[in-house]
This record gives sequence, C-alpha cells and structure tokens, in this order.
Amino acid sequence: MIRVLIAKPGLDGHDRGAKVLARALRDAGMEVIYTGIRKTPEEIADMAIQEDVDVVGLSCLSGAHMTLFPKVVNLLKEKGAKEVGVMGGGIIPKADAEKLRACGIEEIFGPGSSLKEITESLKSIVRRKGENA
Amino acid sequence: MDGKMTKERKDRFTTLSEIEVKRLYIEEDLPDSSSIGLPGEYPFTRGIHKTMHRGRIWTIREFSGYGTPEETNRRYRYLLSHGQTGLSVAFDFPTLYGYDSDHSFSRGEVGRCGVAVDTPRDMEIIFDSIPLDKITTSMTINGPAPVLWAMYIANAEKQGIGKDEIGGTTQNDILKEYIAQKSWMLPPEPSLKLIVDTFEYGSRYVPKWNTISISGYHIREAGSTAVQELAFTLADGMTYVKAGVERGLDIDDFAPRLSFFFNAHNDILEEVAKLRAARRIWARFMKEEIGAKKPRSWMLRTHIQTAGCSLTAQQPEVNIIRVAYQALAAVLGGCQSLHTNSMDEAFALPTEKAVQIALRTQQVLAHESGVVNTVDPLGGSYFIESLTDEMEAQANRYFEEIDRLGGVLKCIRGGYFQREIADSAAKYQREVESGERTIIGVNAFQTGERPRVEVLKIDPEVDRRQIARLKEVKATRDEFKVERTLDALRKGEENGENVMPYLVECSKAYATLGDMCDVLRSIHGEYREPAIY
Repeated sequence: MIRVLIAKPGLDGHDRGAKVLARALRDAGMEVIYTGIRKTPEEIADMAIQEDVDVVGLSCLSGAHMTLFPKVVNLLKEKGAKEVGVMGGGIIPKADAEKLRACGIEEIFGPGSSLKEITESLKSIVRRKGENA
Repeated sequence: MDGKMTKERKDRFTTLSEIEVKRLYIEEDLPDSSSIGLPGEYPFTRGIHKTMHRGRIWTIREFSGYGTPEETNRRYRYLLSHGQTGLSVAFDFPTLYGYDSDHSFSRGEVGRCGVAVDTPRDMEIIFDSIPLDKITTSMTINGPAPVLWAMYIANAEKQGIGKDEIGGTTQNDILKEYIAQKSWMLPPEPSLKLIVDTFEYGSRYVPKWNTISISGYHIREAGSTAVQELAFTLADGMTYVKAGVERGLDIDDFAPRLSFFFNAHNDILEEVAKLRAARRIWARFMKEEIGAKKPRSWMLRTHIQTAGCSLTAQQPEVNIIRVAYQALAAVLGGCQSLHTNSMDEAFALPTEKAVQIALRTQQVLAHESGVVNTVDPLGGSYFIESLTDEMEAQANRYFEEIDRLGGVLKCIRGGYFQREIADSAAKYQREVESGERTIIGVNAFQTGERPRVEVLKIDPEVDRRQIARLKEVKATRDEFKVERTLDALRKGEENGENVMPYLVECSKAYATLGDMCDVLRSIHGEYREPAIY
C-alpha cells in the first residue's frame, strides 16, 4: 500500500485543498497521514521518516513555498531519506514551479489541478522510485 | 397536456447547498406574514433600514494589503481615488499569528499574503495621508485583534484624532478561526476573555467601532454549505453574546457594535435567502432569548465578500461574471458593505487592473443596474420567502445539535464543525470531478488554453526591509518605557483585568506585536488543533 504524508509547512492556514486531497488519496486506497497546519520543515521531514512514507505532499497557499519546500527536500536528503518523493501544491506561479522542480520537487500542482491528475501523478512517482531502487 | 412540455432536464433540482427546489412556488408556500414584516422593523427579514440602499449605498470596501506598508498605502490611495469608500486591511501570516517579521516562523511569509505590522510605525505608514476620522477601516485580524486595535488607536491619537472619532471593524472572531480560518493564537477561553475586553472597552471609549465581525465567510471558503455557514456563524455569535452577558455587561451597551460577515457564493437566490434568514434568526435570538431592548441590538449588520473559492484558474475572465452575480446577491440580500474579488485571485493577490474591474462591478450595481431603487425587491417572492424559512428551519436544527453536543467550544474541541465542513468540501469536489456539478471552464465548455494572466509579484526583498525597520524602531524606542508597559500588561492580564488600556499604552511605547503577544502567550500558551481530514 502506498503511504503518503500530506503536510502543511509554514504558517498557512488554508487547509481545504490538503484535506480534500487527503480524503481522495485515502479513497484511492492509499494510507494517508495528515500533519495538520503550521508544521516546520524539520517536523515534516521527521514525520515522513517515522511514518516511513513513500511520498510527501506539501501544500502551501501563503506564498512561502520557495523558502519552505526546498528545505523539506534538503532535510530528507540530510537525514538519509532521499528515496522519499516530494510533491507540492498551492498558489504557485509557473516560474516558481520550474525552480522547485530543479530543487528536487517531483511535481507541482497549481490552481485548477484535479484530484485525478494529482492521484495519478503520485502513483507514477512511486512507480518510478520503485524502478530506480 | 403534451408530455414533452412537462418533461424536465433533471429528476431533482436543488440549490447549491442541496436544498430541494420545487418547480413552482405559490401563495401557500409563503410563511406567516409576521416572519416577513417590513424593512427597518423587527425581525428585519427585509433589511435593517427603512430606506436601505436608497438612503446610502453600501460601503465599497476592497480587502487589500501586500508587500511593504508603503506599497499597501499606495494601493489604498489608488482604491480611494477610484471611488472606494472604506478600507480593509489584509495582514500577512506572521501578523495574523502575532509574530514579528524577524521570528523564525516568519521566514518566507513576510508581506506575502498581506502586509506586515510589527510596530505602530508600520501603521503610521499604512495609513499615511488617510484621514482616520473620515474613512472607516476594517482589519482582518483575530488572535491578536486587541493588539492591532490598540496600535490603530495609538496611531489615531498621535494624529490628534480621539478614540471616540474613529470608525471601523476588527474581525476579532476567534471561534471561526478554530473552525475554519485557522489563524489562532491563544486557547479558546482566554481568547474569549480578550474579546469581551474589547466589547467593554469599545462600548465605553470607542463607540463608532465594530468590536467584532462574526464571520461565516471563512467557514464557507473552507467548504461548508450555505446552511452550515449560516448556522455555525450565528452559533458563534450567540456564544459571544452570552460571554459578554456573563461578564456582567449590559447587552444593549455592546450588542449594537456587533457586526457580521458572510460569503456570497454562486447560487444567487440561495444567498439572498441566507442573508434574510440570518437577520431574522439573530433578531429573534437577541430580543426573545437574550432580552435586548434596543432595536439596534436586534439588527444584524453585515459585510459581504464574494466567494474566493468559486474562482477558477481555467478561463479566469469568467470570474468577472461570477463575481458580478455574487455581488448582485449580496446587494439584493441587503448588505451594509461589500468586497468583490478580482478575476486573477486564483493565481495571486490582484493586480491594479484586476481590482479596478472588481471595484467597477460594485459601481455598476450601485449606479446603473437599478436594483437599489426599491427596498428588498425580492421580498414577498413565493420562492425567496419559502427558501428563507427553510434555511431558518435547517439552521435551527443545527443549533439543537450544537446544544446537544455541549455548545460551541465543546464542538470545536471535539472537531464537530471541522468534520462537518470537511465532509461538505470533499463532497463538493467529488461532484465537480465527476461532472455532477457543472463549473464552466473546469468540467464544461473547456477551451484547453493555458490561462494567460498577468499576476502581481511580491518583491522578494520585503522581508529584509521589514526586518530593518523593526530593528530601527527597537533601537530608537525608550526600552525602559517598553518594559514598564509590558509589565503592566502582564500584571493586568494575570489579574483578569480588561487589558485594552494596557495594550494602548504598550503601543504608544512602540512595543512590537510580538512583544505584546509573547506576554499573552507566556500566560496562556498556544492553541493546538486536532488534525482532522
């Protein structure tokens, strides 16, 4: 079973999308852990390792994604969990999405993304990781 | 009759919130005429004033704030020069939580989705050249609301304007923060104490200020239905009223300054009915259950914002049309002030161009559409009156359930509201994805084109500039005075006194937001929510 951590880094309180996605992934047969809001990148990386998840889904609608998302990726690497896939979503401009991909975020979902495309993309990240392992 | 003529497109028609809608409404569907009444008369179903928008157009109040205080001040002056009639401040996340810009939690968040206020110096810049005795200001601030209000008062007094001359609103509604918006600071009980402090202080010294804006907007944005928005918001309101009465305040002293804030979503007639039901429920509660004597205490005065969550990233220009219909619902529903969203807000805070269109949408309604020429033009409509009644009945069922569960605070701690809203949000999204619910451009009439919109960019240097100013203020203030006023604040709060006068003194000494909030946090700790999805 795919294990996913849906995480809310930083101070952003907009959690509708993260919660709706958590339910959709659960309904798609995945094991979903939700962090709740206001988590630091350190807390998220630690939780991802403790819960032994395949993918971390970061959600940020406050505009702090450029500061927070790369930190989670780097912390996972530092802590020896580079096999964990990281994806992100929120109010993220296209130019930022490209930079985030270059920092090691596998996929970025901006406004207007559907649950279906996010779910499919998550599955393919897990597949890819499995093949490379 | 020909079968073809009576066949309908669907088996069942409902409002956006799934209230069943019949093909036709007739006289028998009307409620008792005492439930409808007249505008300006109890129970205010048809509006709180006799003349409504014939007397005064609602306040055109665009929620705004971003980047530095200087940029925010420029945006305010732009909006005022284009005919806006009130201000509404959007703060960034660190400010909403009561942290200074140099706090480790603030990294990357400063000035992003609002403006940062660390000290009264920022307030001075934000409101530079804006006459605070002539323009009213609404501030979307909750956990640290008493602190920001104190800074606003201190700033006005510095300009020579007395507390009794300023007008505006602090949102100050912590219950819906736990339920939906999530920018809390302290746990519920000490938060309620601070809110009652503001009721008491406001009714004595700042008589033109709305001490609270009891808000359904964020509950709806988090995914609730219209009925949940109506019921949960009014249940919060009832909790505040009871807390004020328990303190020993005279209901007729503080109730006239309670105000409300609702959402205007896509279903025009449902939104109109919701606002009419809200006024009636509130009037009945205040008069019959609480025993308020002044008619002003019975009146539900409300700000409205069009539904941010209804904006789409696909074909964003279509959002202009959505906003216009939602604004029409707000006006037909009898709003006192209105914010219209901008077409580009699925992507970013709005550009000048986009916000100008939003502003013009209100001006077209006010000056061209004709809907303001008579009071409550939909009053007496078989359908509207019947739907108003139905929404009141459904809200009453929620009030019974909340009572059965032990009241609003217990429901928050148990995650009742949060679960109800998450259920509705998940259902809504499932229906959009399955195509059961049509959203133009998203699951119908798609063009496949990538939207090309110009978006507002926040200067990445804003953190640095904000922190530099904070340092400068700290370096030039009288530290002894800061310590002394903060110490008085601590003692006052520990003794259970009304802390508003202490906060005003701290502000005058240029204590920072973080200084003051740290005192309160060190006494009460911070709220932690149950993470439910």
